[in-house]
Amino acid sequence: MSQPHRTPATGRIDRSVPVTFTFDGRTLQGFAGDTLASALLANGIHLVGRSFKYHRPRGILTAGSEEPNALVGVAKSAAAAAAGQSVPNLRATQVEIHEGMVVVSQNRWPSLAFDICAVNDRLAPIFVAGFYYKTFMWPKSFWNSVYEPFIRSAAGLGKAPTAPDPDRYANRYAHCDVLVAGGGPAGLAAALAAARAGGRVIIADEQGEFGGSLLHETGATVDSKPATDWVASAVAELAGNARVTILPRTTVFGYFNQNFVALAERVTDHLAAPDPSLPRERLWQVRARQVVIATGAIERPLVFPENDRPGVMMAEAARIYAGRFGVLPGEEIVVATACDSAWVAALDIAEAGGKVAAIIDMRPDPGAALVARAREAGIRIETDCVVTGVLGKKRVKGVLIGRRKASGVVAAGEISCDCLLMSGGWTPNVSLHSQARGKLDWQPEKGAFLPGDPVQAQRSAGSCRGVDGLAAVLADGAAAGAQAVEAATGTPAPVPDFPATGGEAGSGWWLGTVPHDRNAARVRAFVDFQNDVTAKDVKLAVREGMHSIEHIKRYTTTGMATDQGRLSNMNALSIASSALDNQIPQVGLTTFRQPYTPVTFGTLAATSRGDLFDPVRRTPIHPWAAEKGAAFEDVALWKRAWYFPGPGEDMHKAVERECRIVRESVGIFDATTLGKIEVVGPDAAEFLERIYTNPWKKLGVGRLRYGLMLNEAGFIIDDGVVGRLAEDRFHVTTTTGGAPRVLALMEDYLQTEWPDLEVWLTSTTEQWAVVAVQGPKAREAIAPLVDDIDLSTDAMPHMSVREGHVMGGIPCRLFRMSFTGEAGYEINVPPSRARQVWEAVFANVERLGGCPYGTETMHVLRAEKGYIIVGQETDGTVTPDDVGMSWAIGKKKPDFVGKRSLARPDLVAEGRKQMVGLLTKDATTLLEEGAQVTVEAEPARRTPALGHVTSSYVSPAAGRPIALAMIANGRARMGETLHVPMPGGAIAVEVVSPVFVDPEGNRLNV
Amino acid sequence: MSETALYRPALADNQANAEVLARPGIKVTRAGPLARFVFRGDAAAAGKAGGAFGAALPVAPLAANAVGARAALWQGPDEWLLLARPEADGEQAVDMLARQLAGEVAAALGDTPHSLVDVSERNVALLVEGAGAADLLNAHVFLDLSPEAFPVGTATRTLFTKAEITLWRLGDEAFAIEVWRSFAPYVEGLLIEG
Repeated sequence: MSQPHRTPATGRIDRSVPVTFTFDGRTLQGFAGDTLASALLANGIHLVGRSFKYHRPRGILTAGSEEPNALVGVAKSAAAAAAGQSVPNLRATQVEIHEGMVVVSQNRWPSLAFDICAVNDRLAPIFVAGFYYKTFMWPKSFWNSVYEPFIRSAAGLGKAPTAPDPDRYANRYAHCDVLVAGGGPAGLAAALAAARAGGRVIIADEQGEFGGSLLHETGATVDSKPATDWVASAVAELAGNARVTILPRTTVFGYFNQNFVALAERVTDHLAAPDPSLPRERLWQVRARQVVIATGAIERPLVFPENDRPGVMMAEAARIYAGRFGVLPGEEIVVATACDSAWVAALDIAEAGGKVAAIIDMRPDPGAALVARAREAGIRIETDCVVTGVLGKKRVKGVLIGRRKASGVVAAGEISCDCLLMSGGWTPNVSLHSQARGKLDWQPEKGAFLPGDPVQAQRSAGSCRGVDGLAAVLADGAAAGAQAVEAATGTPAPVPDFPATGGEAGSGWWLGTVPHDRNAARVRAFVDFQNDVTAKDVKLAVREGMHSIEHIKRYTTTGMATDQGRLSNMNALSIASSALDNQIPQVGLTTFRQPYTPVTFGTLAATSRGDLFDPVRRTPIHPWAAEKGAAFEDVALWKRAWYFPGPGEDMHKAVERECRIVRESVGIFDATTLGKIEVVGPDAAEFLERIYTNPWKKLGVGRLRYGLMLNEAGFIIDDGVVGRLAEDRFHVTTTTGGAPRVLALMEDYLQTEWPDLEVWLTSTTEQWAVVAVQGPKAREAIAPLVDDIDLSTDAMPHMSVREGHVMGGIPCRLFRMSFTGEAGYEINVPPSRARQVWEAVFANVERLGGCPYGTETMHVLRAEKGYIIVGQETDGTVTPDDVGMSWAIGKKKPDFVGKRSLARPDLVAEGRKQMVGLLTKDATTLLEEGAQVTVEAEPARRTPALGHVTSSYVSPAAGRPIALAMIANGRARMGETLHVPMPGGAIAVEVVSPVFVDPEGNRLNV
Repeated sequence: MSETALYRPALADNQANAEVLARPGIKVTRAGPLARFVFRGDAAAAGKAGGAFGAALPVAPLAANAVGARAALWQGPDEWLLLARPEADGEQAVDMLARQLAGEVAAALGDTPHSLVDVSERNVALLVEGAGAADLLNAHVFLDLSPEAFPVGTATRTLFTKAEITLWRLGDEAFAIEVWRSFAPYVEGLLIEG
């Protein structure tokens, strides 16, 4: 397990701590501090993946999160991998290795070295830009059966994990004066400036270690210290400040409105055995007064033929591997460049012990100082030359050189090598500025877009806004930090001075294709590596009529990879501009969007998953019902007991029994979830008068009334029973699901329409648990438990309410009311004692031959009586008259919400759907709720339905199935035979009254 | 730690276990029962109510006024949450205190329009204490809980992920959460989740 490509001594890795991991089953060793990419390179492995479309072998290109090629699947351990717990599509350049990590390459079968789908590469002339749109269009019938399945199976790179995610994810809301995105020299300087001025600062960097370029800028000094020592002291200073939050391994991935910024912190991925109390990742949702963007610049590839071969790497990446990770990416290294920084990389690599065979610079006359140093290092120098091709397929074997002449490029031999470094200059990383809706300014002399005036409270600092050279970058960061904290706090902030040596500014850049002497029809120069977009594809898109960069992007998919085009956009734009014979700013850049790099669904979901996805509301009776084996249903956020199956009973049998027992003797039902609102004040009755259709002013104290609530369009939106407890106090009930919106609506009317009314609302839904007792023996069941209320019908008739006590002093509000058609009571008691009351009542119910019942039985019993359920009989287009409830409208009232709309022509027109009962002619078939109702058994196509079935149950009381339906002109159709067309044939039904049981209501007054 | 005598941990025999969470730097406890009211009315009514209740109803937004075992929390321009702990333990003591306070406030208000509604059992309270209290709360509460933005004595309605709560800072490292009864398991679950 040697690491043959390590330098003798350089780097920040800990050579005393070896780390063992596997890659495609092969056991490898790296050191603590390695990324997966640096560890693979130390083992001489460049080939790490296959490209998306052509399945071309690909190597590690970069050392950062912009990596397009080295996407891998990672499992924490062999056990995790075996359990199907892995993470696909991680960038090897970002993954910090730990002991036991299991890594697999992607998008290859059967193996990375031999991939069947590599045949795609041979078929490349077919897979050009727009291939999908051209190829998968006809025959049309192939889409479902052939094309879509094919595309689906070919799409995607990594394999999704097969097991549920075992990890926890956390969330943190935070506020700060200054958020600094990026912990390189500019970011550290900004954070120090802001923190020293007393600001609350958050600084985040996507890497495990702060410092950015300072970590490999060997020889540089800051504050007279070696750069890495200065980084350590800066981080220590920030860490010692209680008002500073330092977030390593944290990507600022989303910049939203009002300086709301989202960060993804990778908390434990780099640990082999993390503390189980820690989440895997944490989402930070930060509201920052000011943001400093210090995200640096990204080196740009050169677009020459075969520039995607494993062993071709960005020059600065190789410098990072050599300087920071102690890895030499090749035995024989050639550097192809158009700028100074690659010379510095070559010199650093040579100094670290690497063999740099040649530097090939496109420029005729690179800087004399660099040339002199390179000569001194014994490096062959070719100026005014280009790389025109790469030899080798799975690894670079050599490069073709061409000399630039006025007439074009002339072949100038080849150089054998196993690693080719390239640099086309630097692209300022403007992603976050662009996400923050800031425009970009084209700087022709720099060949770059730089941040324009910010729209939000943010500023860019350092090389992300085109500042070159370490000293200038530090000064720019310090100034930005001071300005930001001053803007945030209003306190003048000094700009600290960070004098620096080394890391001098360079010059030179290149955009677009590199000229060559090869047959243009036969070679491919890649622009977007991950999506396999070549220079030819971009040109083809232009030829085929794509003239906007947004169209070119979508047609070719350039810039749509996980790096969002941070590597490719400028080259693609330059190629497109040339093909369009237009200027770069006129063709324009695509907008950068969130997320900056991919974010896991786990992080976005955070704790909202499983049992905690939503609040689950349970009543105090819930545990009792669960002990009795009740089935539950979800109603809004509540769990409600649905039915109580006895031994061997299914739902149908249980409900049939519960219904029968309630009508024969007595049933007990948990009605706690109904919404309750206490309406109090001298104008309480006036307020209800306006909110409900019904009249309230004459309702006596101690009496109940059913209330119907409309929206302003005149349609039913809620209902419930309201009790008058005092002249100025009402106990209002709402539907279970309607409680929050009814309260909000009432409060809205009070605050905006009737602020003059002296009345106030308080939610009391959870102040009271409700034990409903229904059936002819209801009074018998509760009477022994009631302390101080006369239950006789004379003293307490149907639809009345009394305040008193039960069971020796438990306060209660006792309602005599019915939603079943039977005599009944609802005992409102404090939740802390609800179960005690429930169990006492249940003991009596049981003794009287009664039983508990659930919501399903409640639904059947009310349907037998023709009582509506808002949201079942109504659908937001139903008026009181439509459901036969004109009686609930206070005719003499001057106004109520919805009154005016009830007079609208379409609401009083003939032929509206009206609620009726339906009985199937065969007396046995149960209709389906939602089924359409027609005149004819077999209506002609396009015949409008008369209406639909809203409720359908087997009614034990009727001894047959019953249904409620909304039917056009329904009340005039009593006795008519209609039909319910179903796939198995139409079902004949008779239109009847919607009241199937006790139409006179005699049973209520028992 | 807290600067009010209002909250006491729930009795062990009353709720299965008063302790929700105990980790280094963080403790979450269920509080015992309190008499609670929502008082609504104008400033004049609030002034009269405070005298009868035993703790003035603060008029400054987000303010809470704690006096001994009584507290009045500003909830809106015309709304306060009144909290009171009886001397004795148990729900009967709360019933009695609530009845007594309702009578006293009503008497003090006379004909002054207002609304006083008993919500003693609508809410339950959780106490979140320790050096990590603010950070733990900020996992689910989006407000700035730094001492300058949310000083001791601040009380506000807010969201705890998907549940509505009233959050009251009792001390530098101590908060109370008042939450509707059925939402408490959700809030507790998220506090444990961290």
